Amino acid sequence: MKMSKIVRTQSGFLYPFILIFGLYIVIHGHLTPGGGFQGGAVIATGFALVVVAYEYKDVRKWITANRLSLAEVTGLLAFIITAYLGLGSTFFRNWLANSGSIFGSRVPPGINPGNLNTGGVLPVMNLAVGLEVLGGLGVIIVYMLNYLKRGEESAG
Amino acid sequence: MRKLLIIASIAIFIAFFLYVAINPGDFGKPAGRHLVFGYPKYTDMDDYFITHGQIFSAANNIVTSIVFDFRGYDTLGEATVLFAAVMGIASVLRKLRRDEE
Repeated sequence: MKMSKIVRTQSGFLYPFILIFGLYIVIHGHLTPGGGFQGGAVIATGFALVVVAYEYKDVRKWITANRLSLAEVTGLLAFIITAYLGLGSTFFRNWLANSGSIFGSRVPPGINPGNLNTGGVLPVMNLAVGLEVLGGLGVIIVYMLNYLKRGEESAG
Repeated sequence: MRKLLIIASIAIFIAFFLYVAINPGDFGKPAGRHLVFGYPKYTDMDDYFITHGQIFSAANNIVTSIVFDFRGYDTLGEATVLFAAVMGIASVLRKLRRDEE
């Protein structure tokens, strides 16, 4: 099940960069192409690289199905709660935009270089959806690897 | 016979796409009498999003402001679909009992 030393070294070198790139995509979701779904999928790919390159029993200590499903549920709940908080006027109201507080800077209309501190609830929802997607895909990978291992054991 | 059919269908597809690539016709040009892809007849919705997106949702990325703000219900459905898929896979593949290990 364990891959060769070359693959393990390369994946140990690469996975922090993959995680940071995924985080970058999630955080800059309201400025550049990408967003929660894409960045979450990239982060889950980094976890999948580690889980596939090493044996699952080596990483079982810190990549567990419970933690990943907790991340998924937290992301979905944060998304829905952020949507409900705009219920003063309507569901999914962007109640943080142009408010002057966190993520509430004004955006000049037209072409501008972009400011990370804008977007209202969009960055919050991007983070929530990224957390949810990373948890969901990670749970799928971990369960399938568990199932594969059980099948090998029962086959002999 | 079956291989011949596959080759013939692939050849027809390639010929069709090559024809469209070489002779694009009205593709990408503004519509006169008839509708062309990229130039819809009614553009009120697009114009509204493009002109008001930066003001109302305060984000440069119009796509994100549509996905998460103007059409947030859609994203809520997508997240719920993902959650349901994960739940289905977990219910099929998880360990049923402790003593199965």
